[in-house]
Amino acid sequence: MTSEASEPGGSARKDFSVAKRGRLQQTSWAELDLARVPWWVVIIVLVGAYVAVAVATSPRYQEVFRFILPGLRVTLQATFAAYGLALLIGLVVGLMRVSHNPILYALSTLYVEIVRGIPMLVILLYAGFVISPRLRDGTGGMIELQDLQEAILGLAIGYGAYLAEVYRAGIESIHRGQMEAARSLGMSYMQAMRYVILPQAIRVILPPLGNDFIAMLKDSSLVAVLAIPDLLQMGRLYISRTFRAFEGYNSVALVYLVMTLLLSLLVRSIEKRWSIRGR
Amino acid sequence: MADNIIRIRGLSKSFGHLQALRNIDLDVARSEVVVVIGPSGSGKSTLLRCINHLEAPTAGEIIIDGVSVTSRGTDLNALRAEVGMVFQSFNLFPHLSVLENIVLAQRVVRKRPRREAEQVAHELLNKVGIPEKAHAYPGQLSGGQQQRVAIARALAMQPKIMLFDEPTSALDPEMIKEVLDVMLDLAREGMTMVVVSHEMGFARNAASRIVFMDEGQIIEEAPPAVLYSAPRHERTRAFLSKILH
Repeated sequence: MTSEASEPGGSARKDFSVAKRGRLQQTSWAELDLARVPWWVVIIVLVGAYVAVAVATSPRYQEVFRFILPGLRVTLQATFAAYGLALLIGLVVGLMRVSHNPILYALSTLYVEIVRGIPMLVILLYAGFVISPRLRDGTGGMIELQDLQEAILGLAIGYGAYLAEVYRAGIESIHRGQMEAARSLGMSYMQAMRYVILPQAIRVILPPLGNDFIAMLKDSSLVAVLAIPDLLQMGRLYISRTFRAFEGYNSVALVYLVMTLLLSLLVRSIEKRWSIRGR
Repeated sequence: MADNIIRIRGLSKSFGHLQALRNIDLDVARSEVVVVIGPSGSGKSTLLRCINHLEAPTAGEIIIDGVSVTSRGTDLNALRAEVGMVFQSFNLFPHLSVLENIVLAQRVVRKRPRREAEQVAHELLNKVGIPEKAHAYPGQLSGGQQQRVAIARALAMQPKIMLFDEPTSALDPEMIKEVLDVMLDLAREGMTMVVVSHEMGFARNAASRIVFMDEGQIIEEAPPAVLYSAPRHERTRAFLSKILH
């Protein structure tokens, strides 16, 4: 990056790196990616080409995809709903974690430590077989969660804890002078959080938020234990009928992979758009 | 005493075992400019930060324009809106444009309509001499420009008092004057100011009193001419000999 050098021989190299930078982001992570670009792009392009050909020419793959596609909708529904809920839980719990109120702090820490220490699969089983029935019995049948809602609840509780820690780290990364400046202008603590601290913290935590979204998309495959017809469950159903594990799991893996790669690109473009000017 | 806009009695502040302020008494009259000097760690900044309650005093009383900062029921947010503060490190909001920096608290705290707030912001940017930077971002400005925006941001609340915490200490030498000029203008307009700064030129031109602090206490206070030429205490003399070259 510092090679805005003036030696004559360096111009070709410079042009090359500028061209590359134009395609990628000019953030600090871009430098890391720069070194990585060749091989992962190559592999993806190769795999993508192979798959495109395989799917286009193979009636069998077309059959698999047609079979599992309804599961994609369920997977996306569960992921988006659970992530939205987890963002909300994470924000509230994250704010409690940086609070000076000892009760709020203790409660939020308890939640985070307990949930983080339990495997996602177990949390989902709790949501489906403990929380949901108790909720139903406790409210005299007023609240009766459907399978998908149980799954969403479980994912949201689990990821809420991770996201709370992400929010907390983001808030703590903002210099305390920002809070002091906002308070010295007469803003309340929550106003300062809302208008000054969080908008800056969000920019900091966008990469980990994106990571966790992608991780949740993958973990949503665990909802199969609650007998929900998501992508993976549909794939397994197909395999159990046809005994074609190779094509079945290939297709499932591929759909996940395409989604995560697209998301990863999306996160990068958002990061770039939100970066603070003059930094 | 009738028109002392700041009244401090018996103010003490401890951080754990460290006693930053010991039994401070200080009055500031309306439209007065008081400059606070002293070695680092003498409690100057802590004193300033107690005045708008960024630090909660351990003991003592502070009354701003008849309102006690230290009593329990006081609405600190309302009080802070009346007391502007300028920081050593500017503390502009980096995610907002210069204009938005000045508009934000007017909208959120003063509930002014956007147009009015923007008008105030433009007028103040004019006043601090950088009207053309309204749509720049803090990261694109020099230190001197950032500090002038910070002053404009504080002034937009139309405060009764302005506190300056070493406003020029983080600036390159050639930018100090542009900030001090803005502060001098403010002083001439009759703003009540408490300034922690070792800028002797500013103190001479603007201050009615200089307060010398050491080890959390006020050692002596006097008009600049008197304090510079005939300090009464040995500690004051020793300190002045270090900063006056």
